Amino acid sequence: MSAEHGAPARELTGWGRTAPTSATCTQPSDLTGLLAALGSSGPRGVIARGLGRSYGDSAQNAGGLVVGTGRLDRVLGVGDGAPAPGTVTVEAGVSIGHLMRVLLSRGMFVPVTPGTRQVSVGGAIAADVHGKNHHRDGSIGAHVEAMTIVLADGSVREVSPAEDEDPELFWGTLGGMGLTGLVVAATLRALPVHSPWMSVDTTKVPDLDAMVDTLADADRRQYSVAWLDCMAGGRHAGRGVVTAADHATAQEAASWGEDLEGWPDTATAPDPDPAPRVGAPSWVPPGLLNRWSIAAFNEAWYRRAPRHRAAERQSPATFFHPLDGVEGWNRLYGRAGMVQYQCVVPTADVVAALLTQLRAAKAPSFLAVLKKFGAANPGPLSFPQPGWTLAVDLPAGLDGLPSLLDALDDTVAVAGGSVYLAKDSRMRPQLLPTFYPRIDAWHELRDRVDPDRRWQSDQSRRLSL
Amino acid sequence: MKDAFGSAQSVAVLGGTSEIGLAVCRALAGGGRLRRLVLAGRDVEALRASATSLTGWPVGEVSTVAFDALLPSGHDEVVRELFADGDLDVVVMAFGVLGDQATMLDEPDRAVELAEVNYVGGISMGLRVAAEMRRQGHGTLVVLSSVAAERGRASNFVYGSSKAGIDTFAQGLGDALAGTGVRVLVVRPGFVRTRMSAGLAEAPFACDADDVGRAVAKALRGGAETVWVPAALRPVMSGVRHLPRPIFRKLRA
Repeated sequence: MSAEHGAPARELTGWGRTAPTSATCTQPSDLTGLLAALGSSGPRGVIARGLGRSYGDSAQNAGGLVVGTGRLDRVLGVGDGAPAPGTVTVEAGVSIGHLMRVLLSRGMFVPVTPGTRQVSVGGAIAADVHGKNHHRDGSIGAHVEAMTIVLADGSVREVSPAEDEDPELFWGTLGGMGLTGLVVAATLRALPVHSPWMSVDTTKVPDLDAMVDTLADADRRQYSVAWLDCMAGGRHAGRGVVTAADHATAQEAASWGEDLEGWPDTATAPDPDPAPRVGAPSWVPPGLLNRWSIAAFNEAWYRRAPRHRAAERQSPATFFHPLDGVEGWNRLYGRAGMVQYQCVVPTADVVAALLTQLRAAKAPSFLAVLKKFGAANPGPLSFPQPGWTLAVDLPAGLDGLPSLLDALDDTVAVAGGSVYLAKDSRMRPQLLPTFYPRIDAWHELRDRVDPDRRWQSDQSRRLSL
Repeated sequence: MKDAFGSAQSVAVLGGTSEIGLAVCRALAGGGRLRRLVLAGRDVEALRASATSLTGWPVGEVSTVAFDALLPSGHDEVVRELFADGDLDVVVMAFGVLGDQATMLDEPDRAVELAEVNYVGGISMGLRVAAEMRRQGHGTLVVLSSVAAERGRASNFVYGSSKAGIDTFAQGLGDALAGTGVRVLVVRPGFVRTRMSAGLAEAPFACDADDVGRAVAKALRGGAETVWVPAALRPVMSGVRHLPRPIFRKLRA
């Protein structure tokens, strides 16, 4: 049955390693190859897959075609070669990590990076990813000048937020989970920086009230985020560590003894995309990550953190992507895999309610991430909205987890919040219009650009997207 | 599509009047994701009654398909109808007959018919459903075997051998499908209190149809390929399997 596309069928999962399905996989190396592959797709449609970091089934297409973008990895223009000063044009398969390296060597930085740099630019657009600077700079959508999309009918279009360049398609593609078209290239506005280092403040906070205050205060910095010990209860509930950072100035770098003479051309700089230091073993005992081991880890990690440390020198990789240092860390959850739950809610009291629900269920969640979001963008399926976003990792095999997450959904829905599709692997389809009130506009767009539903994924089938 | 927890959105039960089959439906409905249920069986009236019995359970839209295990020539059509409304995440093969062994010893044709339902019908549907699931790139085929498949016993070896056949078939099919997105779950219940077993002396480790349903739902979530109900039967039967025959015979099981 794999002969349909003349390419092999493979079993795929998302980063959470749940719900495997098989699809014909192809990795075209250029637009011609891509269009040829699309021409061979059957009734079960096509979805693009970048680096496979969506947690759930967004980049799977059971029985259909999955187009890997890994070989569309050219940097088409940067610096003087770019269409406009300060922009960079790349193919969709370029990773954020590679882009960081390219930009930093020219004294620039990516406008937005998620918690992993193992994300393709195409995937970053499809999920409209956000980073620790969302409160100031918005999600990646705010920094995309234009993108080149292959549409369902095989035509290739350039879209942008400009009035005459189909802004509906542009914004519907940001966060559109690959269901409006296949992004093949994009032009991003890069951020000029004055050193290759981050200047990081770290503050340990004992409870949720302090957490909320410290995080709100940290929003004066370009980057802010908190790591939360979700398992701590009582007066420790909501304890964690807040980090806030800016790109270090040249003077700051000098104060650390870093000689930036000649940077970015000659001075040595930290590699923003280093190889992982260690890898998770391919097999781990079932239940390695359980209530006790995770609680112990969280406790140790909290104790180790400094009460307050200011203006510490960190490399971008250390500050932005600590988990990328462990290759395949998702394997630590064993055969049953993991689920990441990420929601956004308008107010901190809802975060407190969610933490209470997680604790009451004794959910063994690894360090959770809490961050204050800034303004939303016009994308109907874009996730960020003003408020607090909470992300927790949970072992998928945990007893009672399905109903716990449904209950968290209910809390989020009542509060007028939303749940992130790039992390989703289990949402109830009927809640979509609640989480994404502008979904009708997006469906209208989809009817216009893909009436025959050529773009399909397991997630689009599961959620009737 | 199944979600990260194996909760199915679309399920078909072959042998849609089977108490175990319906118990599996109820257990799968518990995930709150079921949107479509297809009940297939010989007697359409009885299937409707089964559908009615699920009133109040969140099983979504229920439809029925005529299916006779004894007519493999019609099975292509049955499979077409099963998948006519779209993907099936889970197909449960719950049809089967127990037969009265004493009668079968005198009337071998009855034993043949039992084998045709339990074994021949099973491989006929199993292969066809598996092919369809390969086309859709996902799905789980749940095959109801039995502890009776583990070792032939004087009191029910005809039934036991038919289950042994389908059990071996299902294991091999599961291995053949590795890496295709399609799984096979072999379910080996012990004595289940149902209409089929009514009147028989209850064996140790007896359980109810709902116990089987819950065990299947749990196994679907974890991706297990074999499940014993109750779980204790696994080590027990492992021991029974290796008993020397003179001793086994004396057990008169």
